Amino acid sequence: MSDDVAKPPVGRSKALYGELIAEHWKRPRNQGALEAPDVSREELNPLCGDRLRLELKIAGETIVAARFRGDACMVATAAASLLTTALHGMPVAEAGAFDKERLLALLGAPLRPARVACARLVLTALHEGLKARAGGVK
Amino acid sequence: MSGPGPLAPRGDFPILSRTVEGRRLVYLDSAATSQKPSKVLEAMDAYYLRSNGNPHRAVHRLAEESTLALEQGRAAVARLIGAQPEELVFTRGATESLNLVAQGWAEPRLRPGDEIVVTELEHHSNLLPWQRAARRTGATLRALPLTGEGALDLAAVEAVITPRTKLVALTQVSNAIGTLVPVAEVARRAHAVGAVVVVDGAQSVPHLPVDVATLGADFLAFSGHKMLGPTGIGALWGRPALLAAMEPLLLGGGMVREVTLEGATYKEGPGRLEAGTPAVAEAVGLGAACDYLLALGMARLRAHERELTALALRRLADVEGLVQYGPLSADARGGVVSFNLRGVHPHDLAAFLDERGLCVRAGTHCAQPLLRRLGVLGTARASFSVYSGADDVEALAAALDEARGLAP
Repeated sequence: MSDDVAKPPVGRSKALYGELIAEHWKRPRNQGALEAPDVSREELNPLCGDRLRLELKIAGETIVAARFRGDACMVATAAASLLTTALHGMPVAEAGAFDKERLLALLGAPLRPARVACARLVLTALHEGLKARAGGVK
Repeated sequence: MSGPGPLAPRGDFPILSRTVEGRRLVYLDSAATSQKPSKVLEAMDAYYLRSNGNPHRAVHRLAEESTLALEQGRAAVARLIGAQPEELVFTRGATESLNLVAQGWAEPRLRPGDEIVVTELEHHSNLLPWQRAARRTGATLRALPLTGEGALDLAAVEAVITPRTKLVALTQVSNAIGTLVPVAEVARRAHAVGAVVVVDGAQSVPHLPVDVATLGADFLAFSGHKMLGPTGIGALWGRPALLAAMEPLLLGGGMVREVTLEGATYKEGPGRLEAGTPAVAEAVGLGAACDYLLALGMARLRAHERELTALALRRLADVEGLVQYGPLSADARGGVVSFNLRGVHPHDLAAFLDERGLCVRAGTHCAQPLLRRLGVLGTARASFSVYSGADDVEALAAALDEARGLAP
């Protein structure tokens, strides 16, 4: 029997998922809460029990501030740190269309399928949060 | 290296010769699903290659051979737990077995004011069916509490199980933290107040001697794939009078005696609860798995896993920053160790171990109330079976030592 050949080349470094993920996990950007957020949405990963809340401030259909908090793994935390950084100054419509591929590109390292769900936790919070806002506002 | 080698030859399990990342596959997730010996795979192949037919239906020889194969499988499973074949219903697994008892036996009988008792240890499959049964019938659901170290608090049994209790559903071994539950002791109290005892044996039947004559259960549920058998099959053992009084969940072919356009009478015995063409090849595989386990000896298997668990508890205690969950003594737990490395998320830990060829489970283990009770989001879990050996424990301890580098 031989090694798997069809799997993504996962790094063997101590960082486990590449330096960018390690860096954003150790020093997450935009961690915390916002005062009177326009969007506040918590998502739960039932597989591992991770919880992550995303909060947004929106002015004139542009995201002017994004923060997150919660207990989450390396991948979910780094994804939240990177996504909230990207969301600053982004039009709401663009944020609503921000997809999984764009998020994975942002993370800069290949993830096994099981960990893609971890990365998506913050993206689900973004989409569900914006959907709830659209439903509530209009 | 000291400590026991595997109880069964690893060569019996083809998958274990696989390498991962150039290293030996170290499979420590048998509580999720076990690996399968060649004997099980060959028995299933032989059935399809030679005897496949629809059992209990036609008179031709293939149907006859498939009937025999199905019933031999049933007899082998019954033998493992000291039961009679006619007391054993084939299901898709422990989950279906527990739902069958909840909907087929409990829901038609429970009334407002009745109580169902579970424990804080339960897997979701032995909790959600009772939550729904309580909601549908107006009965109340109560939980037996745990001690600080995660054992069942036996001092609370008398206060929680009362004459209002109609059913007690409890696991024999916790899938998440390994706690071994003294079922017979709880069952004595339950039976004294006239309650029926349902045991989730998904983590006990594959690993230790379970005899329905002394267990104290009225129903026992377990899954084939956790005991060296295939997925898609499991069993429900029940006292004959209880099985006979159960409402079948599925109606249709194979479970009837006489059908008119207006109505039907049902068969007697387990077939009454097995509508539709049964999973014959899976029954053959599960039967072969039970024969394999019996040949190894369940008492020997229990002693083997107890020894490995004791070794793991000791070796993991040496890893700096490692926190363990569940009873401290291997005598008080099944072949499961549950732990966290301080500063490392269990998913990240499992991913790190996977890079080194080690398969462990991480997360909530389908036991969210228990994890909440322990005050953790999740844990990493290593679990053993017949092919596990001290080398697996040593590989785990060494990799955990390395994983400390993941902490910030």
